[in-house]
Amino acid sequence: MPTPQTESTGAPPAVQNGPQNFGSEPVEADLLRFATAGSVDDGKSTLIGRLLHDSKSLFDDVIEALATTTARRGGEGLDLALVTDGLRAEREQGITIDVAYRYFSTPQRSFIIADTPGHVQYTRNMVTGASTSDVAVILVDARHGLREQSHRHTALSALLGIRHLVLAVNKMDLVDWSQERYEEIRTAFVALAGGLGVDSVQAIPLCALDGTNVVERSASMPWYDGPSLLEHLETVPIPTTSTIDDALRLPIQWVVRPDTQSADSKRWYAGQLASGSVSVGQQVVALPAGGSSTIVAVEGDPPAVRVQLADELDIGRGTVLASVVLPPQVTTELTATVAWLGDQPLTSGGRYVVKHLSRVAKAMVGEIYDRLDVTTLEHGPADSLASNEIGTVRFTLSAPLAIDAYAVNRRTGSFIVIDARTNATVGAAMIAAE
Amino acid sequence: MRFAPVNRLARALEAHSIYVFREVAAEVDRPVLLFSGGKDSVVMLHLALKAFAPGKLPFPIMHIDTGHNFPEVIEFRDRVVAELGLDLVVASVQQAIDHGLVADPGVNGSRNRLQTTALLEAIADNKFEAAFGGARRDEDKARAKERVLSFRDSFGQWDPRNQRPELWQIYNARIKTGEHLRAFPLSDWTELDIWHYIADNGVDLPEMYYSHKREVVERDSMLLATGEWTPPRNGEVPFFETVRYRTVGDMTCTGAVRSYAANAWDVIAEIETTRITERGATRADDRFSEAAMEDRKREGYF
Repeated sequence: MPTPQTESTGAPPAVQNGPQNFGSEPVEADLLRFATAGSVDDGKSTLIGRLLHDSKSLFDDVIEALATTTARRGGEGLDLALVTDGLRAEREQGITIDVAYRYFSTPQRSFIIADTPGHVQYTRNMVTGASTSDVAVILVDARHGLREQSHRHTALSALLGIRHLVLAVNKMDLVDWSQERYEEIRTAFVALAGGLGVDSVQAIPLCALDGTNVVERSASMPWYDGPSLLEHLETVPIPTTSTIDDALRLPIQWVVRPDTQSADSKRWYAGQLASGSVSVGQQVVALPAGGSSTIVAVEGDPPAVRVQLADELDIGRGTVLASVVLPPQVTTELTATVAWLGDQPLTSGGRYVVKHLSRVAKAMVGEIYDRLDVTTLEHGPADSLASNEIGTVRFTLSAPLAIDAYAVNRRTGSFIVIDARTNATVGAAMIAAE
Repeated sequence: MRFAPVNRLARALEAHSIYVFREVAAEVDRPVLLFSGGKDSVVMLHLALKAFAPGKLPFPIMHIDTGHNFPEVIEFRDRVVAELGLDLVVASVQQAIDHGLVADPGVNGSRNRLQTTALLEAIADNKFEAAFGGARRDEDKARAKERVLSFRDSFGQWDPRNQRPELWQIYNARIKTGEHLRAFPLSDWTELDIWHYIADNGVDLPEMYYSHKREVVERDSMLLATGEWTPPRNGEVPFFETVRYRTVGDMTCTGAVRSYAANAWDVIAEIETTRITERGATRADDRFSEAAMEDRKREGYF
């Protein structure tokens, strides 16, 4: 299908800021996924509402409904916190129950927000939201500075492998736009994040209620010369999820068997690249079974690909095709940091099912080495993990898995724990380096 | 609103959808793809074919037939099924009415909500364990909180307060007998992403998505096509208007918008400047209350 010409010269149009860019042929668009976390009254809903409103992502009928609802509740104008109001129970109780996903775009970038509530089951929600995010925005109230929740949100973001944090210091109007107060909070946060191994931090003083430094910079804080929140989100480099980007990891999801009438007698192995790339002539090893072969055909748009191999190997759903030079570890024993989500506690000797990539295995819990206090960030002794607790746990598996450490590859280094009786997802596990 | 979704964005969305198809098809017995002939279900089918190529689609498609269809949508559905050699299951709301399972809302009444009964009946009768739906999280605030794999109990009900956490890209598709999953491969897509996919991939759609002349009446500030199930009411004067549809559903509750967009690129240009959501503009079924979608979803709606 022909693409529309937006300029008679045929040259690619310049990318401009603002809505005048509608309909033009874009430069490489990309996608930033970020999680937002804050304590109950830090103004997170207002911030997200403000971000969507000021980036002109709210449609007229939504704004109209918002005005009506605001008025019905005795408010004036637009209560932007209501934009993220989801379920009936939440509106009735004035709380946020679950992770919600929001979508908006600017000419620079598309965004998916994982909006994680801060109070009930904060670990479960924060871990879920952070697991798919590239960046986390930690919101604090300028009057209160870092609180217990801020420590937890920061620790959980670091634990989930998020390598860039944004500190949004909200309600600056209530501290008279004080640079001193902002610097105090920023310094404490940089120390906290640094202690957790996160060196990449951007702090932004703002006021979600009136929009200061959310989308537009304002004159309220002439001492601040950094970007607005949106400007920062539009330009922050998107971190890769793997530090071994050259090393192939292709977990096989689906095998296409050849048609009996077809001249093409080879099977296709389909999956999504977790790292690396595939090309014809490349040597690969099939794990955990072992055996190596050469790729003879590749189809699809990476990362969703399918390949054919020169040799018949023992390959099915759950096999990982990997780099011969830098293969994953194949093991039935592993240690992982587990965020426990189940109602029943995790105890030594417990039996579960784990799902790693597209492979399922039975698992027995061995020793529980420690429990992480997500407020003090100290490791303490433990013999069980209750719901929303985090600890280091040894697992023995019924069948080998091809794994990497979570710090090396977020996809091949993570698995979920399932209760086989209820089928509930009860744990999120990040594999430790051996 | 989403601008310019190409390259990395389109690839990421597409790859995720394909990933979801393969995971669910591999892990449950008897999945089915819900196909309305609407643009989202057409894109979903297009992605499903990519996911399993060069093999055949390893599951049937199912149409929940309200009996109040746009004739061109049924023609389109049958043409797609014939061309691709797909298995089609039709679950009929009329049949549910005839069997006394639900009451006929009568002429001009919406059969939208009745689809839930027909859908749940068909899932049970065919022992489907998973139904792929084209719902997107940007459509509604209840959908914004729904998982990619949404678990339904043996009554087909959704419990929004008790959803399985969904971590990384690891999907837990385990269910017990009688329960089923709804899988939403287009969860992260927006209306504009869908249209970019249609334009980039030359996806064929029912003609009514593009500008055409049609006899309509204006009702509740929406343009409704006149037809067998939507005769003009007292005082309504039918007139001809150049319109297109942004969504396709039951004829009694799906409105048209005035438009000269003749192809997918025109539609993209139009959406990029529009200020009204697609459901707000054209779906009477979502206008009843703040929680209209949530209530229908809890009962087992798409």
